[in-house]
Amino acid sequence: MFQNIGEILFMFWRTLLAMPQVFRQRQKVFEQLFEIGNRSLLMACILSLFIGGVVALQSGPVLVERGIGNALGGLVGISLAKELAPVMMSVLIAGRIGSAMAAEIGSMRVYQEIDALRTMNINPIHYLVLPRILAISVALPTLVLFAILVGWLGGGFVSVVNHRIAISFQTFFSNLKEVVEVKDVINGLIKSFVFAVMIGTVSCHQGLTTIGGPRGIGRSVTKAVVNSIVLILIADYYLTRFLLVIDHD
Amino acid sequence: MTDAPTHSIGVQVRGLRKSYDEQPVLKGIDLKIERGEVFVIMGPSGSGKSVLLRHVIGLEDPDEGEILLDGESLRITNVAERFRLAMVFQSGALLSSLTVGENVGLYLAEHRLKKPDEIDRVVTEKLEFLGLRGVKHKMPSELSGGMKKRVAIARALVIDPQLILYDEPTSELDPLSTITIGEEILALKERIHVTSLVVTHDRDLAFGVADRIAIMSEGEILFTGTPDEVRKSQHPFIRKFLTADFKFNASSQSA
Ligand SMILES: Nc1ncnc2c1ncn2[C@@H]1O[C@H](COP(=O)(O)OP(=O)(O)OP(=O)(O)O)[C@@H](O)[C@H]1O
Ligand SMILES: [Mg+2]
Repeated sequence: MFQNIGEILFMFWRTLLAMPQVFRQRQKVFEQLFEIGNRSLLMACILSLFIGGVVALQSGPVLVERGIGNALGGLVGISLAKELAPVMMSVLIAGRIGSAMAAEIGSMRVYQEIDALRTMNINPIHYLVLPRILAISVALPTLVLFAILVGWLGGGFVSVVNHRIAISFQTFFSNLKEVVEVKDVINGLIKSFVFAVMIGTVSCHQGLTTIGGPRGIGRSVTKAVVNSIVLILIADYYLTRFLLVIDHD
Repeated sequence: MTDAPTHSIGVQVRGLRKSYDEQPVLKGIDLKIERGEVFVIMGPSGSGKSVLLRHVIGLEDPDEGEILLDGESLRITNVAERFRLAMVFQSGALLSSLTVGENVGLYLAEHRLKKPDEIDRVVTEKLEFLGLRGVKHKMPSELSGGMKKRVAIARALVIDPQLILYDEPTSELDPLSTITIGEEILALKERIHVTSLVVTHDRDLAFGVADRIAIMSEGEILFTGTPDEVRKSQHPFIRKFLTADFKFNASSQSA
């Protein structure tokens, strides 16, 4: 599945080397940012509202039964900020934006548009890959920040409304404020930044290496999404360990 | 950069071989294309003409042999970038996410060679030159096949190339547009002494514009010569290839 991990890393390296081109390509970065925001902001908000809600719903009654219902805010707050929002949003973006990147670049590859760029001495890494990776790595952490806030609201709402939990909004949020620190949110944003870079790199690489006509485009899209999600989940474990170590130093 | 006087470049292909999945497509091609020449390659479908062009412009790496531009091997990095090369793809290969005008002006815009209003002027001029009015703001998907081809040619001309490769430039054009393209190929040769390498099935175009013609079949060059020499060739395959349609026409006319 990841036999071309070397190739992917090499492409990422070439993208890093292309960083000085960013200013020239800023217009395309903005276009991509707009595209991503436009396609995903609403979806991200709805999704995180429900994620926050379900965490409260699952753990709220358990805590309330044991008389520690007022710890719910912290629990929901931490799990959303450090884990659920970054991972779920990244999976959502892999499906929505990673797929679009692979499809777009893949069809450019299949219909020789990339060859045409190369004959004009326009480097596809500068022209296509750099703006996309940059845009997604700005957009995803921003979406995650939204998702965390909306998710907390969702959790708080359910805690108030659900009769088996039924704690007040104030209890929920004062506990959340007490437990969750800024660095926890930053922790989640760092994770999502790493995931964003992975989604962008894997999807662009998959697009660039598309072969075999329109069916090849379909295959590339599937691979880009599946590989991104698998990578996100594996990287999540190691990133969490890494960030925990840093946290305790 | 564009202000430098254009000098056309010569192309040499030496012992070029290429296989895809063990299938030999080019079986040792040798060609020498002189500066400022219009060189036409003809051959049946699948004989490897497009693959040959892709090698000449550096999109593919040969398995064996090499391509020299003005005596410098394409294997050396940056050789392809040092020259202004342009290719008109068989399919046009316009960027589908850009308008026609943006496609034509892409080279100038990306390399910051001209100011936006100047680019706009050049784009309009080139499009009109190829008989395309009022399409600048359309998307490529809104154009007919022949129009796309002409836009692709306009895009190649904007580069002000020293070597221009045409892959079937007239395959989707009506006879009048074909003549326009043929005249344009000749005009470019006169005006800026560009070297042209034209792949075509169109005999009228080939004999109309060529300084020399090469006949290609199954990955090999069978014959190279002036149009007259090709007409006189006694090679059985070439005779068959050049007269196939005439026979068909003769029999259908007599029927
Ligand atoms: N990337 C590739 N992978 C595998 N096979 C290829 C590839 N490109 C070309 N071929 C094969 O090489 C042969 C020659 O193809 P090419 O496109 O050069 O033909 P052509 O002479 O341009 O034909 P046409 O006149 O129809 O355009 C074909 O048999 C094709 O299947
Ligand atoms: Mg061809």
